[in-house]
Amino acid sequence: MEVERVRPSPNEDTKPYWDGLKEGRLLFQKCGHCGAIRHYPRQVCDKCFSMDVEWIESSGKGTVHTWTVSQHAFHPSFKGDLPMTFVTVDMDEGVRVAARLRGKDVEPAIGMPVRVAFEQLDNDLTVPVFYPQ
Amino acid sequence: MPNSLFEKCAISGIGETAYVRGSGKSETALQMEASLKAIADAGLSPKDIDGVIPYATGSAVAEDFITNFGIADLRLSATTPLGGASCLAAVQLAVGAIVAGIANHVLIPIGRNGYSGARIGSRVQQLPQFRTVGEYEMPLGQIAPAQLYAHMARRHMEMFGTKSEHFGKIAVTFRDHATKNGNALMTEPMTLEQHQTARMISDPLRLFDCCLESDGGAAVIVSSSERARDLKSQPVYIMGVAEGHPDSPSAITQRPDITTLGTAKAAPRAFGMAGVDRKDIDVAEIYDCFTYIVLCQLEDMGFCKKGEGGDFVASTSFGLDGPMPVNTHGGLLSQAHIIGMNHIVELVKQLRGQGGKMQVKDAKIGLVTGYGDMGDGGVAIMRS
Ligand SMILES: [Zn+2]
Repeated sequence: MEVERVRPSPNEDTKPYWDGLKEGRLLFQKCGHCGAIRHYPRQVCDKCFSMDVEWIESSGKGTVHTWTVSQHAFHPSFKGDLPMTFVTVDMDEGVRVAARLRGKDVEPAIGMPVRVAFEQLDNDLTVPVFYPQ
Repeated sequence: MPNSLFEKCAISGIGETAYVRGSGKSETALQMEASLKAIADAGLSPKDIDGVIPYATGSAVAEDFITNFGIADLRLSATTPLGGASCLAAVQLAVGAIVAGIANHVLIPIGRNGYSGARIGSRVQQLPQFRTVGEYEMPLGQIAPAQLYAHMARRHMEMFGTKSEHFGKIAVTFRDHATKNGNALMTEPMTLEQHQTARMISDPLRLFDCCLESDGGAAVIVSSSERARDLKSQPVYIMGVAEGHPDSPSAITQRPDITTLGTAKAAPRAFGMAGVDRKDIDVAEIYDCFTYIVLCQLEDMGFCKKGEGGDFVASTSFGLDGPMPVNTHGGLLSQAHIIGMNHIVELVKQLRGQGGKMQVKDAKIGLVTGYGDMGDGGVAIMRS
């Protein structure tokens, strides 16, 4: 029996982000009033309190802020993926993105330049991943 | 009026069930059992409870206590959803409510089947305060606190030279304390080598860097100091108490400084209210969901500077005969995971001189912390 995947629950606030990933685009929110870029998606700009928002496409480039390699899955759907390397990435746009680090024989390190890519897990879910730049 | 709550209230009663793997009891029953013990310890009747602050995501609500205890006129029902900092946030709220005249005796109960019920890893996704992580990080495979907190620990190690051996020393010390405690899950001593060779959960966190899953209940009662003095047990006075929330509280990923917790905001308020300094603390019960979180809280509370936690841990004994014994009961790492209520209960025992084989000599002033929900912190300072 196939184990049910852990899924997001996109709503009015978060659906553009997930739809963007399906199109191979990493999208961040940009304040429609003061232009501040924010992530994760939310309702209000904490700089000017505007609720006006536009979505911009990320350059996809950043550097590793920190990382971990998980040897334990915590959910049955990830058991086949172990070990899993996760990176927290400082994106060039000034926000962070968490994702798996891919690439053959890649050792994670703080400061490592990475670029985003996209993995379609099924028809409904595409997630970001990073490769060394 | 920064000191308006100073020693206005006390812990008037404490209660604990057996801490086990497999309680055979409902979580509500565990809370009732612990609560009745705390009420008896205070010398109160269950009907005297007029405020209750149950665990926000637990399985009992205030109505359960009204019904079970026949409370005629409950005047305060609230929850404090701060994960492992909930218990101390509840103490702060109870003190405020009592000083304001809303209630006289506020019960704070915890009861959970963390081992035999839903496991923490699978449960966490359903909590509303984890909505952000649940939406953006769990679908990637970052499911559990061990994975999310590993990012903080790794960054700390690479920025400041903190070592796994520092984490190990914390785990070994708490285990030693647990072996002396008659109500702890881990009863065998552990060596640093055992810590270092245990399997990796999420680098750099190894098995013994992670807390236990356990079943049990614990409860405390907060009363005005004036009323507590007339009750059965020795009051333990709340000198200072505060909660603190980190920047980007829902997602560690977006936190500007991921090596700083909400504890850094709570600690100055709690110490300021108490009017004491770090060197005045005789015994400390520090929330220890992970070894790293203990080290980080020591920094955030000012026992050492940010980044110096590794050296501080290496050069300081937290053992029972050290200058500031830490987690005299064994903590979440080696006694049981009772959301840190076991830490509050243990501090009260220590300050009453009821610490048994773990009693710290001349323990007069003590500190207890809570931590949870990706970074919320709670700090309280108490005295006998
Ligand atoms: Zn703005």
